[in-house]
Amino acid sequence: MSGSEVVIVGGGVTGLSAGWWLARSGVKVTVLDKFIVGWEASGRNGGGASHYSSPLFDEEQRLWPQMDELLGYPTEHQKGRILIAMTERQWDQYRFIAERHTRLNHPVEVLDVKQVQEAVPLAGDNCFGGVHYKFGGHANPQRTVQAYAWALQDLGGKIIQHSPVTGFETAGGKVTGVKTANATYGCDAVVVAAGPQIPQLMAQLGVDVPLAAARAEMIITEPAPMMPLGGVDGHKIYGRQTLRGNLAYGGGPHEWLDVDATGPAARPSTPLARNLAKRLAELLPKAAHLNVIRSWAGVIENSPDGRPIIDRLTSPDNVVVASMSSVGFGLSPASGHAIRDLVIDGTCSFTNIDLLKLSRFDGLEKDWREKRGWMPIA
Amino acid sequence: MDLNFTGTDVCAINGTRSAPEAKYDLVVIGAGPSGIAAAIEGAASGASVLLVDENPVSGALMGNDTPLYFGGRMTAATQNSDRMLEAIFMSMPDLEKAMEAGVELLLGTTAWGVYRNGPGVQSLPEQVVGLADAERSWLVGFDRIVLATGARDLAIAFPGWNQPGVMGAAALQMLLSRYGAFSGRRIVVLGSHDLALETALLAKEHGLDVAALVEVRDAPQGDAALLEKITAAGIAIHYGQSIAASKGGLDGIESITLNDGTNISCDTVCVAIGLIPSIELVDAMHGPRALNATRGGYIPAGEPNVAAVGLCAGLPDTGFDHVAYRMDWVRAALRVNAPDTIICQCEEVTLADLIGIQPPNYLPRPAAIQARSLGTLLDDGPANPDQIKRLTRSGMGVCQGRRCRDQVAMMLAIESDKPFGTIPLASHRAPVRPLPLKILAEWDEPAAMDAAWDVWFGIPTQWVPVEDIGTEYQDAHREMLYTGMYT
Ligand SMILES: Cc1cc2nc3c(=O)[nH]c(=O)nc-3n(C[C@H](O)[C@H](O)[C@H](O)COP(=O)(O)OP(=O)(O)OC[C@H]3O[C@@H](n4cnc5c(N)ncnc54)[C@H](O)[C@@H]3O)c2cc1C
Repeated sequence: MSGSEVVIVGGGVTGLSAGWWLARSGVKVTVLDKFIVGWEASGRNGGGASHYSSPLFDEEQRLWPQMDELLGYPTEHQKGRILIAMTERQWDQYRFIAERHTRLNHPVEVLDVKQVQEAVPLAGDNCFGGVHYKFGGHANPQRTVQAYAWALQDLGGKIIQHSPVTGFETAGGKVTGVKTANATYGCDAVVVAAGPQIPQLMAQLGVDVPLAAARAEMIITEPAPMMPLGGVDGHKIYGRQTLRGNLAYGGGPHEWLDVDATGPAARPSTPLARNLAKRLAELLPKAAHLNVIRSWAGVIENSPDGRPIIDRLTSPDNVVVASMSSVGFGLSPASGHAIRDLVIDGTCSFTNIDLLKLSRFDGLEKDWREKRGWMPIA
Repeated sequence: MDLNFTGTDVCAINGTRSAPEAKYDLVVIGAGPSGIAAAIEGAASGASVLLVDENPVSGALMGNDTPLYFGGRMTAATQNSDRMLEAIFMSMPDLEKAMEAGVELLLGTTAWGVYRNGPGVQSLPEQVVGLADAERSWLVGFDRIVLATGARDLAIAFPGWNQPGVMGAAALQMLLSRYGAFSGRRIVVLGSHDLALETALLAKEHGLDVAALVEVRDAPQGDAALLEKITAAGIAIHYGQSIAASKGGLDGIESITLNDGTNISCDTVCVAIGLIPSIELVDAMHGPRALNATRGGYIPAGEPNVAAVGLCAGLPDTGFDHVAYRMDWVRAALRVNAPDTIICQCEEVTLADLIGIQPPNYLPRPAAIQARSLGTLLDDGPANPDQIKRLTRSGMGVCQGRRCRDQVAMMLAIESDKPFGTIPLASHRAPVRPLPLKILAEWDEPAAMDAAWDVWFGIPTQWVPVEDIGTEYQDAHREMLYTGMYT
């Protein structure tokens, strides 16, 4: 496919990583985004990269430690995570996860309170213990987005911002052009990685992609002294210490939304910041005096089973659809690779991704959102 | 374990939030003259009124130049909150009147966010304002809110500005008039518009030595009567100048040198070039705002039930183009500041790194990233301060961008050769004041919140390891880890 043109709809981590992978294979890539790269979920997430539930896990783990070098730009990737249990129930749960990892040969260590405090000096002696994953990790979402974008440009790819895609041109069972208000971009293949807007775009091609969008929130503190390990989860919150020292944390109840084709009108954070602050002050009591300096929210989509949809359609047969179903940041090095493979070879070269096929939702009930309670508040 | 959907997502936010602790017909944020007047008027019309003001703020906050640009020039008296409270009542006799009129008054109480349903959120039981004092935070409901949050200082970098003794005019006025707690003796004032002239005269009145005024333009900018008083007081104004260099020691600034080589010794440089209407709350609540150059920048554009009064609504319109004036100062700053001048003090971002769009010092700078710059970023689209802030970290620190966000926006306009108004306003986020985790925390949250709390969406199929699907472990996983969205 070298020399052919691929248009990617959506400049989040999924579209950008796919574009970078394609450009590495000599494909001419144009990424179209409605605003600025990474402005939606891809620049607003927790940065976690430990998706052991995914068929893309091994590739995620293989790639992250090399990404700075491969991209040529820093992502702030750091390896390893610790989960700290603050209740007896959490302690049972986290040790259950540890056992599961041991069974699958993922290196983990169960830590007592003293070991937790050594690794995480901001933790207190009020915890039950912890589990240290010696795999996985986290990176800086905003820096990673820009790293993909710049690396893609360095390989000759184009990024066109402020250009919402409005529709497609089709001929002979293929998409031949991608339309924006001002231009039509001719193409040999298309990747639709438009996050929550995927259903509206795909509907124009007569393809039903079941996704529901929701809003999730995070808070961040002023810098704390650097800890030996920055990827600290537990107490039902997730987050990281940035390389600057700030503590960025999220978790807790989400709000289901309807998002129209133009994207979220706003991404408001709410007083949920107080509930996040409570849990973070409990998880890291020696940080309780630190100032919270911002909060934010992002909008993300989920498929009915919460797993990504990465698939090449049969008709039109030159379209790859990619929704990461709320776990897409960490998986992005691997999802881009899989998308590249589907575009160029029609099949994923490094793992079996049948689990991520769109056809698993054939015959899904029409009222799947209502059944799950995934409806916006009336 | 079968997945039988119940029609309810128990991990969704629906119905989990706490109700506000109290509710008022009217909440007024900011107890300056216009806030007090609005509160008294509300009470007189029979409304229940809450009036809050963040002052006196803690010494720690003042040390972070919050909410005003204090530049470390407050005396130890500001550590004593009882004396500060007393000073506020002494300087504002109308506060007593408001209380007599039935207004409930809370000083030392910060409004850190206003929340209501709208695009992207429908889960709030009602519109609320988040409040916090030194002990805790809480939510208060309201029918109407008046923002009387005043205006904050504009800072503009010069060589050596990042040391104690460089401060803003609003901060100086507050330390002098309200608290009598200013520690400087000899000041240089930047600017010659009304704010600068008034500040210089006030300083003189308080027995300070006003060494000079410095004006970047070639002629005085302010009101003629005020200028006469400056002349009568024997204060020199240096025209067509900005600060080209400064010297300092342990206690901060000791002298400045103007572009023409004039040396002036001083212990304080008061930046009195302009005030920025304090619209943090309006912006953080996604309220409408508009740029108005003769009223000092972005101001609330108005909407039912949310009113802005006093300087928050905009500086008095005298026809003076504040934006053009500030841009002249920033242009001069770009000429005199060396590339290694710090622009963002919290994050130590230099001018070169800001304009070069370089990452912070703790990250590597491979060749590819050194080849990037504002110029290359502009090839991809117009400058956006939020994007640039994420890449360079300017404005990401504990002062929440108070010292650099305005000048950075102006620098981006100049460097990208675009009018100031085309540069989007960098977003303000709640909490609009730094708030310790333990204060912000909702310690007594509703049980429903905890019951709905999952680390992520609580979708039982989302985190089952792919190897375990269809094995005996699948059920164990679901049973062990999920809150019970499904029965
Ligand atoms: C608060 C929060 C925390 C999270 N934490 C984590 C975490 O720790 N780890 C993790 O792995 N994941 C996390 N996620 C999820 C992760 O952020 C997303 O799954 C991921 O970013 C999805 O990337 P994407 O590129 O597929 O979609 P998006 O980031 O949504 O990007 C889609 C892009 O498409 C563009 N677009 C949409 N419509 C159009 C159109 N018509 N024309 C042109 N462009 C269009 C949008 O502007 C956008 O830039 C979190 C998400 C949130 C909100």
